[in-house]
Amino acid sequence: MSLFGLHYRLERRAIGFVLAIIAVASIGGLVEIAPLFTIHQTVEDAPDMRLYTPLELAGRNIYIREGCYACHSQMIRTLRDEVDRYGPYSLAVESKYDHPMLWGSKRTGPDLARIGEKYSDEWHVKHLNNPRDVVPVSIMPTYGWLLRTELRTDDLSLHLRAQRTVGVPYTDDMIENAARDAYGQANPDSPQAESVGRRYGKETTLRAFDGRPTMLTEMDALVAYLQVLGRLTMAAQKPLADLGGRR
Amino acid sequence: MIAHLTRSERQGAILISVLVALFGLTLGLLGRNDPLGIHGALVFICAVAVVFRIGHDYYAPEPPDDRLAHYYDDPTKAGVVLAMIWAVIGFAVGDWAAWQLVYPDLTFGEGWSSFGRIRPVHTTAVIFGFGGNGLIATSFYVLQRTSRARLPDQLSPWFVLLGYNLFCVLAVTGYMMGITQSKEYAEPEWYVDLWLVVVRVVYFLIYLRTLARRKEPHIYVANWYYMAFILVVAMLHIVNNLAVPISFGSAKSYSLFSGVQDAMTEWWYGHNAVAFLLTAGFLGMMYYFLPMRAGRPIFSYRMSIISFWGITFFYMWAGSHHLHYTALPQWVQTLGMTFSLMLLIPSWASAGNALMTLNGAWHKVRDDATLRFMMVAAVFYGLTTFEGSFMAIRSVNSLSHYTDWTIGHVHAGALGWVAMITFGSIYSLVPWLWKRDGMYSARLVEAHFWCALAGTVVYVFAMWNSGIIQGLMWRTYNESGTLAYSFLDSLIAMRPYYIARATGGLLFLIGGCIGAYNLWKTIAVGKPAVAVPGDAPAPRPGGLAAQPAE
Repeated sequence: MSLFGLHYRLERRAIGFVLAIIAVASIGGLVEIAPLFTIHQTVEDAPDMRLYTPLELAGRNIYIREGCYACHSQMIRTLRDEVDRYGPYSLAVESKYDHPMLWGSKRTGPDLARIGEKYSDEWHVKHLNNPRDVVPVSIMPTYGWLLRTELRTDDLSLHLRAQRTVGVPYTDDMIENAARDAYGQANPDSPQAESVGRRYGKETTLRAFDGRPTMLTEMDALVAYLQVLGRLTMAAQKPLADLGGRR
Repeated sequence: MIAHLTRSERQGAILISVLVALFGLTLGLLGRNDPLGIHGALVFICAVAVVFRIGHDYYAPEPPDDRLAHYYDDPTKAGVVLAMIWAVIGFAVGDWAAWQLVYPDLTFGEGWSSFGRIRPVHTTAVIFGFGGNGLIATSFYVLQRTSRARLPDQLSPWFVLLGYNLFCVLAVTGYMMGITQSKEYAEPEWYVDLWLVVVRVVYFLIYLRTLARRKEPHIYVANWYYMAFILVVAMLHIVNNLAVPISFGSAKSYSLFSGVQDAMTEWWYGHNAVAFLLTAGFLGMMYYFLPMRAGRPIFSYRMSIISFWGITFFYMWAGSHHLHYTALPQWVQTLGMTFSLMLLIPSWASAGNALMTLNGAWHKVRDDATLRFMMVAAVFYGLTTFEGSFMAIRSVNSLSHYTDWTIGHVHAGALGWVAMITFGSIYSLVPWLWKRDGMYSARLVEAHFWCALAGTVVYVFAMWNSGIIQGLMWRTYNESGTLAYSFLDSLIAMRPYYIARATGGLLFLIGGCIGAYNLWKTIAVGKPAVAVPGDAPAPRPGGLAAQPAE
């Protein structure tokens, strides 16, 4: 019985044909995706890895909402010119808590994986308000309304709880105080500010990101997020030999 | 069209619409403090509108029993019209987005109209709106003819078509309100994803139920591809969209996977949405309409078997070529590259099979713009799959990735292959469906063809140029060993190509508008034909013979 003879019989059976399609189409994904969850070296160890604060997570959600990922990647490839232009190449561990990842697929604008603290808050606010005020040839859209829109904080605890469900280790304390911490991070002189560092680590940046400490805006959140990009862990700055995972 | 439904089907339709309305009402109430509430209201209004529409004709006389002697084509007619509407919307939004890259203030300072939000509106409107409706409409038509069996009932095809369009509407309105998962080509949020699963399951059951009643012993090639499209895209859709909503009163969810695993899952989905929606589905279209229009049997039955299983197996490995040189482990990258190269064999077998089928009918290709649409589609399919395999080579990808070259490649496939085969199929199908001698104007089909071809060529050449220039500028070093160009230098260099691209897109949009006008005139004022082929299950379809001689 030739292969074509076999097929001649297969194509007379609808259910058999359907099962054949499912079997043949499943193999590739099983071989390529399943081991990524089981092979330890896939994601490096980074003991200094910290979590996004509620304000940074809210900023990340604004980044997603506005579709920033359509033009900006967050993945520096292992190529000399990319390392020279953007900094050390990205490690898997750096997006370990990114649900979903924002590696991107297109650079209409530059990569943002290590944009954190390269520009001042003031520059980011001006740039987002109207990119052409600071970069005359820019083709980025304006995001002026971020400065006028108050950040929604009443559901931040729900956000952190859902993040914990998918595997990000937020504590009960963090979940409970999410809205308070968001306010405190953007208003460093407020009473809410002091416990932010205790919960999220002393590396956490407390600043009035949009320049106005009293009002918590979407601009505060987005700038806080941009300023933390590439700074959740210093693993990529270290020699590879120090990392537990991939060589 | 409601007059063609039986009384019990009308009751069933009302019942389903009421259930959908209740679902919308629930979403609206749970999400009243969230953009989710607006979507709930939208679902509710759509479902109530359907109830009223059916109620209006509820007491119309029942259809005569001889309807069962004819194929059921009402959903196909509606699907063709919807596909053309989505085409014009999708092309227009795409061209608007293209002009925004030349004149960034074309957003008018608003959130809903900014590039990041309308880009997924464009991709969803063309891929799922235009492409998906085209596939659903043609699949119902082809399934009945090649099985010589009527659709199993008259209600479920309508559920699939209207349910699918509800999915499309929720998706694009969601993006403009800021509801998105950010996963490319899988942007809709959890509740829209769940709805699509229901629609797809019903769609697949229509296929199985019709095939179970077929009078042809063999399942025709086109149906292999349509089935692979329905099944595999459902599989990809479910795995890639696994997510946890923050509450049932919020549109927002977080994906189950993160980082590198999420990236691999996303591109396993993303590349195979291309494979099984934009390739397999449209190959199904091609395997029916190209031989029918040319009046020639498919060149080789064996080549269609090889290419079908090759595409089904190899494509599922190829997604990781989107992640070359990233933090994805190298062994996965290498597998992706290898299988992408092997993919060229089944891809060219399909393209070759299509072109060889035209042997003996080339004079028709010269004279008939409809057949020419399909011929050019097969050529672009061959070119794009070659380019795709080439770009999947790691060292080529180091230059092409993140640049406009990728955009050019996608549009060579989407404009040159997907849109052209769809337009060719629609121009073949419409006179058969509405029982006309031909389209309202053959000259307008000709005009559409040349607009579409010119637009595609201008677009693709512009993006090849800009992509390669970008890639080279980013990696050029000067004599002192530092990078020669800033990112802004490369951005300034892109401007003329962005103008050319937007112009090419405009040509393609004009072509689409001409097509929509021609469709409308054919339906409204076209002359009825004397005899229409393939209306009832009596004779075997003429041009098709991709089954072995027994």
